[in-house]
Amino acid sequence: MRRLPLIPMLILAVFIATGIFAPLIAPHDPERGSLRERNLPPAWEEGGTTKFLLGTDHLGRDMLSRVIFGARISLVVAAVTLVVGMGIGVASGLAAGWYGGWIDEILMRVVDIKLAIPTILLALVLVLALGQSFMIIVAVLAIAVWPRFARNVRGEVLQLKTMDFVALAKVAGASTPRILFIHIFPGVINTLIVLATLEIGIVILLESTLSFLGAGVPPPTPAWGSMVSDGRDRLAVAWWISTMPGLAIMLTVLSMNLFGDWLRDRLDPRLRQLG
Amino acid sequence: MQRYLVRRILLALVTLLAVSLIIFVMSRAAGDPRHVYLDDYSTQEDWDRLTETLGLDKPYYYQYGIFLGSALKGDFGQSIKEGRPSMEVIIERLPATIQLGTAAFAFSVIVGVPLGILSAVKRGTFLDMTGKIIALIGQSAPVFWLGLMLVFLFAVRLDWLPPYGRQEISSIVLPAVALGWFYAAANLRLLRSAMLNVLDSEYVKLARAKGVSNNVIIWKHSLRNALIPVLTFAGITLGSLVTGSLVVETVFAWPGLGQLAIQALAGNDYPLLQAVVIVFTLMYVTAALLVDIMYAYIDPRIRYG
Repeated sequence: MRRLPLIPMLILAVFIATGIFAPLIAPHDPERGSLRERNLPPAWEEGGTTKFLLGTDHLGRDMLSRVIFGARISLVVAAVTLVVGMGIGVASGLAAGWYGGWIDEILMRVVDIKLAIPTILLALVLVLALGQSFMIIVAVLAIAVWPRFARNVRGEVLQLKTMDFVALAKVAGASTPRILFIHIFPGVINTLIVLATLEIGIVILLESTLSFLGAGVPPPTPAWGSMVSDGRDRLAVAWWISTMPGLAIMLTVLSMNLFGDWLRDRLDPRLRQLG
Repeated sequence: MQRYLVRRILLALVTLLAVSLIIFVMSRAAGDPRHVYLDDYSTQEDWDRLTETLGLDKPYYYQYGIFLGSALKGDFGQSIKEGRPSMEVIIERLPATIQLGTAAFAFSVIVGVPLGILSAVKRGTFLDMTGKIIALIGQSAPVFWLGLMLVFLFAVRLDWLPPYGRQEISSIVLPAVALGWFYAAANLRLLRSAMLNVLDSEYVKLARAKGVSNNVIIWKHSLRNALIPVLTFAGITLGSLVTGSLVVETVFAWPGLGQLAIQALAGNDYPLLQAVVIVFTLMYVTAALLVDIMYAYIDPRIRYG
């Protein structure tokens, strides 16, 4: 059995707290800077000041504040995406597993097709055709995550519906929605929690990739991906502009994965891998 | 086997059809295509000719038919920025992308497979730890950032390798490592855990009891069975190779299809982007199909399942 992942949980707690309380924590305005203070190195480097702990970017904006507000974007996008994607996935998974037949066949073929189309390509097409906005990003990412939820929930439902307690509920005259939500749904919650923690990492990576490519939440909103992109051509003069937000992405995703692995071992021992 | 193959090929075709439909719907949702192709200097004749070729006065399903028909002939219209057929631009860029993909694949196998085996055989040692760190970075570092950090370290600080472009032979090293890292990490992790499972199985214990040498057990009895999940995974995640090449080519200014797609995005060049997306999807779907067929060939449980 894995140990409780304390450090990853701590990092996640910090990530969530900074995301929620960003305006209270951030020392400066993330979207405004003064050009006189541009490209200042982090405090521990020569020439850095404690006024800007992680330095400033090419427009003189405080890196620390931008990284803090970036957490907020990632957190909001990930949360909204998961709620939407999970909702669609659970609904279609329940329907496919419970009704079977042509409903199942159609839904699962749609899942197959979706899983066969690279998400980023789909995102680029949607963004170019419909424009860049928060809603589009969330829609694209939700489309990306729902199939896995649908497929897993369907599998669980197929198993659960053969159980005696479901047959008993039927005999007792429970309606189909009642059976689905009161009797079957609680049985898939464990799988959902595990899947959701593992998917958050993927969503954060996708979102930052889209921002990096210029197809994410539009600037000047400080998203981690677009901040890395800002520093691309300035590696030689100001390496911290790209490095800091990238580190934030990596630490968050890493912690999410380690936490998800631990949770999977705890809640769903069938999926456990030899460590 | 035959039924499986037919199903699999059908799925690939339907996927391509779905992508073409999405692209068509989006091209109409973006606004009147005549405004995309024509500018202020176009004449009424140009306007009418385009209406005729795209069938814009006909119903949508008819327009989609026209779109699909010309797509099958490889005609995706003129790139707005380049002013020549999109397909022509793509064919120029294709070799660079294939070259990078091959190099990245080679890197992932050369690093991932041996390290995966060694991590399982020498579990808990320094080697195992190294493998773990490589795997963790590959799983959680965004590809674009990993690429930039490689540039910073090996091009800016150490000055060993060129930071971008495709002028020298050594130019390919950094992009290939950045693109291949995720796969190397995945191969490593999967192979390690599959090897541990197999090494723990009854038939390996029997082989040991018979007195088979350790090398034969590892290379013959274990590795063959442990490779199956690695292959499955390769099929599932080929998509991220496409995604990865978009990102890596942008970071390293590698003149391939990925960079072209991002340039099309930045320049609002929808005709070019749609062509790149179709070609990428075609490559991806074909590769996934081949992997699945190979997989069914290797593992009889799939064929008869």
